[in-house]
Amino acid sequence: MPEIKIKVNQLTRVEGHGNIHLEASDGKLEKVLWEVTESPRFFEWMLKGRNYDDVSTISSRICGICSIAHTTASLQATEAAFGIKLTEQAWLLRKLLYDAELLESHVLHVLFLIAPDFLGADSVIPLVATHGDVIVMAVRMKKLAYNLAEILAGRKTHPITPIVGGWSKLPDADALRDVRERLVKCLDDAETMVAVVKSLAPMIPNFNRPTEYIALKDSKEYAFITGKIASSDGGTFPLEDYQKITNEFCVPQSSAKYTRHARASYQVGALARFNLSSEQLLPHAKKAAASLGMKAPIHNPFFISVAQAVETVHCVEDAINIIDRLLARGLHDEEVKVKPRAGRGVGIVEAPRGMLIHDYTYNDAGEIVSANCIIPTGQNHASIQHDFDALAPAILDKPVDEIRHTLEMLVRAYDPCISCSVH
Amino acid sequence: MKPKVAFFDFTSCEGCQLDALNLDVGEVLGLLGAVEIVNFREVKTDRSDDYDIAFIEGSITKESEIPRIEAIRKQAKVLVALGACACTGGVNCLKNAYKPDELLKGVYGECASYYNTILARPVSAVVPVDAYIRGCPPTTSEFLKVVKAALLGKRPDIPNYPVCTECRIAGNVCVFQRGGTCIGPVTRAGCDALCVSSGRFCWGCRGLVDDPNTNSAKDVLARYGLTLDQILERFKIYNSYSEVSQCQK
Repeated sequence: MPEIKIKVNQLTRVEGHGNIHLEASDGKLEKVLWEVTESPRFFEWMLKGRNYDDVSTISSRICGICSIAHTTASLQATEAAFGIKLTEQAWLLRKLLYDAELLESHVLHVLFLIAPDFLGADSVIPLVATHGDVIVMAVRMKKLAYNLAEILAGRKTHPITPIVGGWSKLPDADALRDVRERLVKCLDDAETMVAVVKSLAPMIPNFNRPTEYIALKDSKEYAFITGKIASSDGGTFPLEDYQKITNEFCVPQSSAKYTRHARASYQVGALARFNLSSEQLLPHAKKAAASLGMKAPIHNPFFISVAQAVETVHCVEDAINIIDRLLARGLHDEEVKVKPRAGRGVGIVEAPRGMLIHDYTYNDAGEIVSANCIIPTGQNHASIQHDFDALAPAILDKPVDEIRHTLEMLVRAYDPCISCSVH
Repeated sequence: MKPKVAFFDFTSCEGCQLDALNLDVGEVLGLLGAVEIVNFREVKTDRSDDYDIAFIEGSITKESEIPRIEAIRKQAKVLVALGACACTGGVNCLKNAYKPDELLKGVYGECASYYNTILARPVSAVVPVDAYIRGCPPTTSEFLKVVKAALLGKRPDIPNYPVCTECRIAGNVCVFQRGGTCIGPVTRAGCDALCVSSGRFCWGCRGLVDDPNTNSAKDVLARYGLTLDQILERFKIYNSYSEVSQCQK
């Protein structure tokens, strides 16, 4: 068999800079590497000495796609450190903003970044001509998520109004009513999105690698910003004990750290959440999962995007429910009082691509003494590498272009946020 | 022939690229009708080294990024800095308060030698920049305005007055009168004072106006019993690379 050399420099249709490197000869795999080449950014050091009031503003800049997730994790860490409990209204608004985050990110990933792989296109641009209806729908869904975030947070990327202990400005009730109507229509769009995914599903590579799945789990709801850390290998862990799960370490081919827990790697993200909490999905989302034939546990990483489609339905449904609750109780101005105190706080949320951790230690003046952030994609890098190790030998007899494309698709399936992982 | 447009990302969160394309369907089709996007790694697989207009996102923080931006500059007829990281260095420059060795050891411990970092800087500190789309993130409308101007070969009409002007138009109560601090008096407008209108204050993400009236800004601080140092810490979040010194004059 001929020698195979594959080098993908700066993989496309993902956030950030990563390379794929494969070498094989005589049908034997010599090397397959997922390399993260993103510039180190040092946010944990940038946060030192910063006043609590600026912390989420800076840390949201870790990521342009999931900045609402970073803002939320950051605020929850600071609130935990200061012993602040949100009012019901502030909490509902935070959860609603979070639905906007998931909705936008999942639509972007599934319909703009992943779909071209299945339709033989290099990007979403040629699909405008061939699949115009779906693209118009995808733009409409994304725009709705942006508008929902704008109503709540001033803007989608790097939100402004969520602050430690509450909100600097409340949304307008009429705007919420209008956006609710659009969300109801969006439920149809989300179900169409599920149908699109279903039509592409037969093309999903048949690859199974059971691993450990880790996500937040809550007894009351499908967890995004509540609950404890749970593992599919068993056990739940309080947020403060996250380091027992993450166990970060460095490898030379990656400027993002790796993590491992019970096995050599674990997976976080939509499929991990689905595997751990699918019974808590809202009714329409449950129906969507059933129509896709999804039953936990699923061990094929290419199904991460399918789980994202199911979660999209869940988020739209959840957003409608929350707006109904908010409108029924009425929006009331609430004074936000913050009394800084020395101490440590851990905030953990489920970013669109998995468990996101912010851990801050404050001094008496409300300034950060030390910060630690652990990013979902950082936790998935080792899982991607172990998938490569299992997948590459099994496809070495295929044409080189197909091997390259399958490995590229695998990385994309994880919806990596690479610059976020090298924070 | 349609001008060929390329997007490149350096050290950043990549939010500007995505926000730039947060367009309505009509705007997307209009843009695609007017230009040919030949390079956009975050969205598109095929790439080409033949382009006319290059949008640069992110600041320069690694040695290997210098020859890369130089090569892009050589190719592009028009080079546009997109977003705060490219325009002023942005939040990335906060790390410049520490020595590279201290940062690498602090974050990566014993593995520090695997990685490298240099003084973070805006694009203009390495190569000449033709146009700036400011903000963290920039507004979509300003992105479209600059694209249109670039296509017409004109200078975009970007405000060169402080955020305070737009803040008055928005009808906000002055942040200083509310007992807070704000960098609006010296920051370039163009955001419609979005942060102040959202119940907060200006962090200065769009950089300084060309000729900031720092004396007047100091008078404002004195009137409310504040010192320059109290506000500079906040100003440094986006402007620590070069503009802080101008403010201290």
